[in-house]
Amino acid sequence: MSATNDLARLMREKAEAVGATVVELKNLKEAFAYALDVCDKKEACQLLVSGCEEKLSDKAEALCETKQEKVVAAPNLSEDEYAAFSALCAERGVKCIREGLRGHLAGIDIGVAHADMAIAETGTCVIDSTSEELRLSSMISEIHMAILPKSRIKATAFDAEREVNALINTGTPRYTAFITGPSRTADIERVLAIGVHGPLELHILMLED
Amino acid sequence: MQTAKTLKEYRKELRESLDNEFLREAMDKFATAYPVSRANAFRGLDEKAMIAEVADAKDAAAKNMDALYAQFKAEAEKRGVKVHMAKDAAEANEIIARIAKNSNCKKIVKSKSMTAEETLLNHRLEDDGLEVIETDLGEWIIQLRHEGPTHMVMPAIHLSRYQVADLFSEVTKQKQEVDIQRLVKVARRELRQHFATADMGISGANFAIAESGTIGLVTNEGNARLVTTLPRVHVALCGLDKLTPSLNDALKSLRVLPRNATGQAITSYVTWITGANECKAAADEKKEMHIVFLDNGRRALAQDPLFSQVMRCVRCGACANVCPVYRLVGGHKMGHIYIGAIGLILTYFFHGKDKARNLVQNCINCESCKSICAGGIDLPRLIKEIRARLSEEDGAPVEATLLGKVLKNRKLFHTLLRFGKFAQKPVTGGTPYLRHLPQMFMKDHGFRALPAIADKAFRDEWETIRPRVSNAKLRVALFSGCVQDFVYPEQMKAAVKVLASRGVEMDFPMDQSCCGLPVQMMAERQATIDVARQNVMAFDAAKYDYILTLCASCASHLKEGYPNILAGQQDMAGKVKLFSSKIIDFSSFVHDVLGMTADDFKGKGEKVAYHSSCHLCRGLGVVEQPRALIASSGSEYCPAQEEAVCCGFGGTFSMKFPELSKELLDKKLNNAEATGATRMVADCPGCIMQIRGGAEKRGSRMRVGHIAELLAENLK
Repeated sequence: MSATNDLARLMREKAEAVGATVVELKNLKEAFAYALDVCDKKEACQLLVSGCEEKLSDKAEALCETKQEKVVAAPNLSEDEYAAFSALCAERGVKCIREGLRGHLAGIDIGVAHADMAIAETGTCVIDSTSEELRLSSMISEIHMAILPKSRIKATAFDAEREVNALINTGTPRYTAFITGPSRTADIERVLAIGVHGPLELHILMLED
Repeated sequence: MQTAKTLKEYRKELRESLDNEFLREAMDKFATAYPVSRANAFRGLDEKAMIAEVADAKDAAAKNMDALYAQFKAEAEKRGVKVHMAKDAAEANEIIARIAKNSNCKKIVKSKSMTAEETLLNHRLEDDGLEVIETDLGEWIIQLRHEGPTHMVMPAIHLSRYQVADLFSEVTKQKQEVDIQRLVKVARRELRQHFATADMGISGANFAIAESGTIGLVTNEGNARLVTTLPRVHVALCGLDKLTPSLNDALKSLRVLPRNATGQAITSYVTWITGANECKAAADEKKEMHIVFLDNGRRALAQDPLFSQVMRCVRCGACANVCPVYRLVGGHKMGHIYIGAIGLILTYFFHGKDKARNLVQNCINCESCKSICAGGIDLPRLIKEIRARLSEEDGAPVEATLLGKVLKNRKLFHTLLRFGKFAQKPVTGGTPYLRHLPQMFMKDHGFRALPAIADKAFRDEWETIRPRVSNAKLRVALFSGCVQDFVYPEQMKAAVKVLASRGVEMDFPMDQSCCGLPVQMMAERQATIDVARQNVMAFDAAKYDYILTLCASCASHLKEGYPNILAGQQDMAGKVKLFSSKIIDFSSFVHDVLGMTADDFKGKGEKVAYHSSCHLCRGLGVVEQPRALIASSGSEYCPAQEEAVCCGFGGTFSMKFPELSKELLDKKLNNAEATGATRMVADCPGCIMQIRGGAEKRGSRMRVGHIAELLAENLK
């Protein structure tokens, strides 16, 4: 048990060092509530897909106008989990989807996903992203949330190797993502800027299990 | 992109870079910040062991390239991917253009790929009327400016926020503010529309895992994920050197690559794509996926006994990050397409000797790159080898051939040096410097005073000054090198005094000659071998406990270089091994072997700065000893900024590129003077020649000399 907590502590430290937000929650119910609280708080810019406040070319500007309401996507929740989460979303007036993400390429507010495991030494979440919907939700969301049971945290990439191999090498097509912090660049004058093509924020929701 | 046809043209371009103030400032900031972030990223880890693991894994993969390709192809095709092999750049471009045509693609989004830069893929696709959009921020910026990258990882590092704001203002036809965070958001929005509407995505690959047919992509921005997800067709262009048998090997490289590239423990995204995945933009909801492997000389390189190590390169760009020449001139001048030390080498193999001829001259041989390379590639050695090959293929310049001829005949060489002291009389004005060099020699070289040849060479004084020792515990042979023999014999004499104080018995074998590094730098292969043989034969190594030299460059060349240079000489195998094993530098000998401490010296409390010579600290790994000795000598050691950065001498480099040499020297002197030191010492007469000459020229109050002189003066 204490080994699990040590790994969770290391995971938090390393993930926060690269700009991720880490919260520790009891269960999935709390995770859903947390996601929607964050969604509520980002209300101020809900109609602004990030970048739309800037002066853009006409074509890019047009894409901004396609977004009308707050959207949350959760493509890899189980049927029961999705039913519970979408009911909560409805209560708060947030649109919840798990497919048709290609219709939202201008951006969605929040993408929520179960992480398969994590690598503590680098603060990395490992997410099986073979489903295109899940992949897109982790790319076009402004805030991406990864739900991570503490027991799924490995110390190093080599400790995770066998299970990662099981994800990438099944004999069928697979798309597997290591995600560490939000999207970033330092391409202009080596100044760090967050949120280039991917999420502006990554939240890791660590659950007791 | 470097395209100068002659060295003269090339030097003109270099001067333009030196005059680019923004570039100079950006590069200086980067050069000082990078080593700190890299060190942080490796803290607590066994860096050398990690690098050795990458080297071993990549070596094994290179040996097995054909089998790995066959396995990868079978596994990927099982999973619905079409795998292609392109023998050269033109064929790779042709294959990709044909895929675009057959699949009716009009618009292409690209994520960053150095391999696509190598093949100049965009030009070919645009010639076919396709719209190609780079989506990595830096790549997009340089694409809009119609430029090539200036760094393998940060392609637009040469540009300022002002230039980017102007560029984005043009693209959006709206005035953009000069604010990096906002400019990044503009790119986010502008590029998103292209992701949404592209038919084809082109990516590179950092890894190609044979056992599962998986490609791995290492990125920060997230554009590669969109490029490989949204369009209905995905083409990955991948060098054969990226093939690796298993995830395990890929993870070994992944541990080093981001740490070395940007000082990150890992990048934001590492994406593993196995097979043709779901794609709702395709008619059958399945991605059309192609992987094009590029040979372009890689298969031949992988079989080359010396150059196969080039296949270890993971394209982290670190060899540019630490290169003092790159820092001065930037990537457009320090590479054709690939940049930095590895760029000089890859240009020769991938883009031909015409493109490489001038570039490969621009290595100062400071070994900074070798000391941090993610694959442990001996980059300086490979660059010198390419010079030798070019010189054999094309003929060597007159001065190199002449020097080679002279050096091969020790007696002639030493006679000429002795004659020099008479010939120089009219230009020294009785000082130890060449005061009045004729204009033809002085042009561009006025930044430092060049030393005169000493009145009496060390070898000519040896028999009279040689200490007579009885019951010696240690027998040492002295190797002086040309500079200390003929220019600075006082440094040798100081060392003799220090050693004699501890009863060391010394010999000076008279048949020794120049170590040969200068002719190797000038690509005279045969002369390099001949003088190496001459020196090994001159020393009966078995008779001595150590062969000691006060010149870091000689020491590193004798110890590390000779075994390689004489590798093909059957009769020398045992001799050179013994010879090299006995080589030791002055500071290590005095500190580690003699164990001299503060008890041996009476200090005057002089403030002393130290220059850590490239071939001492990196070539031989000697770091602490000289600094400890400065303190032991009773002086106050004053640490300077960037002590281990090259002084700009580089032997013949400073003759070939005086403008670059001057800049490095200025930095060195500024940093040393800023410590308030009144004296600077080093372990290498070449560095001393450079730094003392510069100090003399600017009228510095700092004395510059060898650490042996400091110790000899302060002996109890």
